Amino acid sequence: MEIDREDGRTPNQLRPLACSRNILHRPHGSASWSQGDTKVLAAVYGPKAGTKKNENAEKACFEVIWKPKTGQIGKVEKEYEMIMKRTIQSICVLTVNPNTTTSVIIQVVHDDGSLLPCAINAACAALVDAGIPMKHLAVAICCCLADNGYVVLDPNKLEEKKMSAFAYLVFPNTTLSVLPEGSSVADGEPVEHGIITSVTHGVMSVDDYFLCVENGCAAAASLSAFFRKNFQQSQRDSSKAG
Amino acid sequence: MGLPDSSQDLSTEMEVDAFRRIFPLRFFERHLSESLRPDARPLGKARDTIVNPGLVSTADGSALAKIGSTTMLAAIRMEVMTPSTDSPDEGCIALEFHMPPICSPTVRPGRPADAAPVISKRLSDTILSSGMVDLKELCLVSGKAAWMGYLDIYCLNADGALFDAALLSAVAAFSNLEIPVVALNDNGRIVAISGGKDEDNASIIEKKAVNKEKRKLTLKNIPFSLTCILHKNYILADPTTEEESIMDTLVTVVLDASDQMVSLYKSGGTVLAYSSAVKSCVELARKRAKELKQILGEMDID
Repeated sequence: MEIDREDGRTPNQLRPLACSRNILHRPHGSASWSQGDTKVLAAVYGPKAGTKKNENAEKACFEVIWKPKTGQIGKVEKEYEMIMKRTIQSICVLTVNPNTTTSVIIQVVHDDGSLLPCAINAACAALVDAGIPMKHLAVAICCCLADNGYVVLDPNKLEEKKMSAFAYLVFPNTTLSVLPEGSSVADGEPVEHGIITSVTHGVMSVDDYFLCVENGCAAAASLSAFFRKNFQQSQRDSSKAG
Repeated sequence: MGLPDSSQDLSTEMEVDAFRRIFPLRFFERHLSESLRPDARPLGKARDTIVNPGLVSTADGSALAKIGSTTMLAAIRMEVMTPSTDSPDEGCIALEFHMPPICSPTVRPGRPADAAPVISKRLSDTILSSGMVDLKELCLVSGKAAWMGYLDIYCLNADGALFDAALLSAVAAFSNLEIPVVALNDNGRIVAISGGKDEDNASIIEKKAVNKEKRKLTLKNIPFSLTCILHKNYILADPTTEEESIMDTLVTVVLDASDQMVSLYKSGGTVLAYSSAVKSCVELARKRAKELKQILGEMDID
């Protein structure tokens, strides 16, 4: 039994993605990421000298500032900032620029569901634009569980409210390499199936969670391909112009 | 005597405390290779847990939860308020998690700790989405009056696994909660009845008690949580602050009584979580949920 989604998508289909980088001139890196109607702007300033108090001075430090579209900053924004800070810390190479602070500013332009994954993807694109050294990208996707046990990807706001549970999952991006298959495997599973970040809302069974992870992995592969195509496109454009 | 040029040499000459401070990761890995931790716990075992209900006499429900040295004090105060128009027969719970400077040397007065609003939000999400408290039970008069529960959790000693201890203290406070007796007076307002004393307000002629006696809430689907650290191939249950500061990958699994997963929270961290690691964490969380259920059960009998 298939699920009917309002906008006619299949359960595994993502909304149209759009990413543009280097849109703001003051920040060292910037990107705008939109999934359907959800649009987020990310800007990166850094690395700047000095770390914040209580932070390890032998590593690079990251701070995230989340600005909602309307209203005051509350606990929701603080939680998003903490999740994004820890996710960015785990994908960036912290030992290259020790004792520095890099600021990532997220501005929500429009929220139509799946906001945190959109922001994480935007932050990755902005970090690439700024040239911050990273181990791999963080590819984020929202998977929700419908009442009949089906997994629905990339919901909009109405779908998120109706669903019994949803999970934000972040995976490393898929790698294209000339090395044989065996080298990028850890524990018998490919590296890109490892979860960087997972935040769930609502009650679901353990098996349903693993089903979400499986579907999320597959979607992360197509998101990785989109990232790759987008970055290669702009590289070609800038090399033609230069 | 020349300076030794590798930590191998230093370790034979150094005191244990100095080695623990200077090479913390090597200190812990030496223990992990023997499947132990510095406090002699096996890898999958949580620290000793104590729950004491009813400590705060001025609150309607309270509990103190201690997991190892991490201490949380939870207190609930009930107040009557008008319910919102979208849910006229439901009450409300407002949760606030405080980290006063007493809990940790890193928390200073005037500057709230980074972790406090995050844990506060996670706790209220977990408690509301698990459906432990049926908000309809908090209704007094449909559309006019309902209970608002202010749950405050104070961290008295922060030694790792703050979310687990805070959730345990919140659950214990709810099971200790006794809703006060109230009556509806002539003006249509809810007043508290205090043990059979005559009201000096002459306009109250007839008192219609809305609830007969102090009642307890029925809790279903109680959530239990366990935080684990992932480090290389090891999974350590219930970390202390020292362990959390050295190994930064934390996974928190919250399960309820019917083995459903209320939350799986992993926020970044150097180690990626593969499904085998997640399955092991869920198994450890199941065992822990059984232990905690027993501890809460013993507490209720008292």
